[in-house]
Amino acid sequence: MTTESVIRTRGLSKRFGATLAVDDLSLEVSRGEVYGFLGPNGSGKSTTLRMLCGLLTPSAGDITVLGHALPGAAERLKRELGYMTQRFSLYRDLTVLENLRFLAALHDLPMAGLGRRLDALMARYTLGELRHRLAGTLSGGQQQRLALAATVMHAPALLLLDEPTSAVDPQSRRDFWEALFELADAGTTLLVSTHYMDEAERCTRLAILDHGRLVADDSPRALMEALPESPLRVVTDRPRQAQQRLLALPEVIAVAQIGTALRVLVVPGTTPETLTRPLQQAGLSASARADTPSLEDVFVAATRRTPAAEASP
Amino acid sequence: MSLRRLLAVIVKELRQLRRDRLTFAMIVGIPVMQLILFGYAINLDVRGLDAAVVDQAGTAHSREIIDAIGASQVLDLRYRVATPRAAEALLRTGRISAALVVPADLEARLARGDRPALQLMVDGADQVVQAAARQLARFPVAGDAGWTRRVNPVEVVNFYNPERRAPINTVPGLIGVILTMTLVMFTAIALVRERENGNLELLIATPLSRWELTLGKVVPFIAIGLVQVTLVLLLGDVLFAVPIRGSTAALYAAALVFIVANLALGIFLSTLARSQFQAMQLAVFTFLPQILLSGFMFPFAGMPRAARWLAELLPLTHFLRLIRGIMLRGAGLAELWPSLAALGVFTLLMLGLTVSRLRKRLD
Repeated sequence: MTTESVIRTRGLSKRFGATLAVDDLSLEVSRGEVYGFLGPNGSGKSTTLRMLCGLLTPSAGDITVLGHALPGAAERLKRELGYMTQRFSLYRDLTVLENLRFLAALHDLPMAGLGRRLDALMARYTLGELRHRLAGTLSGGQQQRLALAATVMHAPALLLLDEPTSAVDPQSRRDFWEALFELADAGTTLLVSTHYMDEAERCTRLAILDHGRLVADDSPRALMEALPESPLRVVTDRPRQAQQRLLALPEVIAVAQIGTALRVLVVPGTTPETLTRPLQQAGLSASARADTPSLEDVFVAATRRTPAAEASP
Repeated sequence: MSLRRLLAVIVKELRQLRRDRLTFAMIVGIPVMQLILFGYAINLDVRGLDAAVVDQAGTAHSREIIDAIGASQVLDLRYRVATPRAAEALLRTGRISAALVVPADLEARLARGDRPALQLMVDGADQVVQAAARQLARFPVAGDAGWTRRVNPVEVVNFYNPERRAPINTVPGLIGVILTMTLVMFTAIALVRERENGNLELLIATPLSRWELTLGKVVPFIAIGLVQVTLVLLLGDVLFAVPIRGSTAALYAAALVFIVANLALGIFLSTLARSQFQAMQLAVFTFLPQILLSGFMFPFAGMPRAARWLAELLPLTHFLRLIRGIMLRGAGLAELWPSLAALGVFTLLMLGLTVSRLRKRLD
């Protein structure tokens, strides 16, 4: 993997009225990377993606994408970029083939051999059988495959995908990610926003956004290993009561019940005894031991550190 | 501007239109429905108007004349009152549309032949009634054949509306009204629908240019507009025998210019509206002044100066001049060039505004 940067932003901000949707974001995405954007709803993922493909003008900051400085060179960039919208944005009242032909014309794909090219595209995304079906009658997974086929037909060097799997069943999600890695393998750089931890974990590099700010940016493994906060596993006879008591402790960041056990994220340097003692004093049985950090811990810890601000859509 | 991309948008529009049954039905349904509604409403061959009779003569001859007029079925002589004043009261309250007055000196008038023998009081505010009265005025009254040549047997006294309009203006005007109603509406929702369905975000992330998108949306409806014109002309001929005195080519050329002007207005409205519902409201908002001020409903010459200035800005005003000139007076396009030029300027202005308002951005 080369270190040539495909996307570079410096101090990128976007303001909608009183809300700051993206706040001083500096990013660098290298060629061939599958770069994940992880963040809750309203964290600025979509806004950032739209600025990166020239659909929104930044309020402040610089963007260079594929060597084009935005927003000035947005039209030139649009020829080399594939952007897949969060909502299905192809025509529901056109068939699969009609949609693909329409986009092929918009992208000025060569007329010669276009039919064969589209056949191959439909075969790759298992749309061949559906070619004469109206797009609106397809299932969520099929629509997603069609949208991806339409987005990659002009072989863009960079793909921006905005929560591509939010309306798709788990099997389709897995297939979709297989397709993404295939594209990455062929040299395409991908930037994918998601709010699924398992998808985020598949990325080669991950940015966690919260209230428009970049709160973490590294490979998922490095993020998990470098997590200063540590998770503890607490086993107790009455998990619901124990959860209430643990949340009252200043050392505790978050508590999640996993089956009958509790997974507790605590500030650095907290010992298991800090948790078990108050529980035992309250008459609950309790034992605690350190657990291996997960990406969810990284996410919870990272998004907790930023001061709460007005959530923006 | 890429011809291929423009064509792709046009083909896409036509495909969508073909699958949108409601819009497709409206393209044909609205012209037919309007023509029939308006066409029969302006039909002059009225029957059974509620009327009163004031027989001040009370002779055998007067009863004979009243029976003959009653038998024509234009008037339904349901009231018999003693004085013209009583008839006028009925007229004012709207219980009758006309009153037939037979003066006491009927025999003397018929004998001398210098003054009309009968008087018909009509509610002139109602165009239909007025027209019916004019028909009745030519009613032959049995008597000495000599006087009918000099004086109409029936004198029409026109209440409330001394101005008489040529109702034949209405059918050519209707072409303009139908085109305005349908085409502005179709294109007003065109861009908004793309935005509401999320398609616009896809389009603006491609190399498609603003002109390609705007023109691609407008062009398919030109053909649709021409189909509508043909439909109205054919039905106008079959149902109402409306003449085309000028050249058909000139008529279609004028219609084409007007169609493009309406589409340009519609697509401009589409850039203002945030939802399809708003787009429809905007379309109605531009439609009403056009109907009222263009001279379709009320005669242009009778309007106050400010209203006339406003009317000059409306495409329908200019089209009515064109189409009435061509269809009714047999005028050529060369004589009507100011109206053509006005429509051309309007179109360019609207298209320019549309492209300048259309951003390939979301903010």
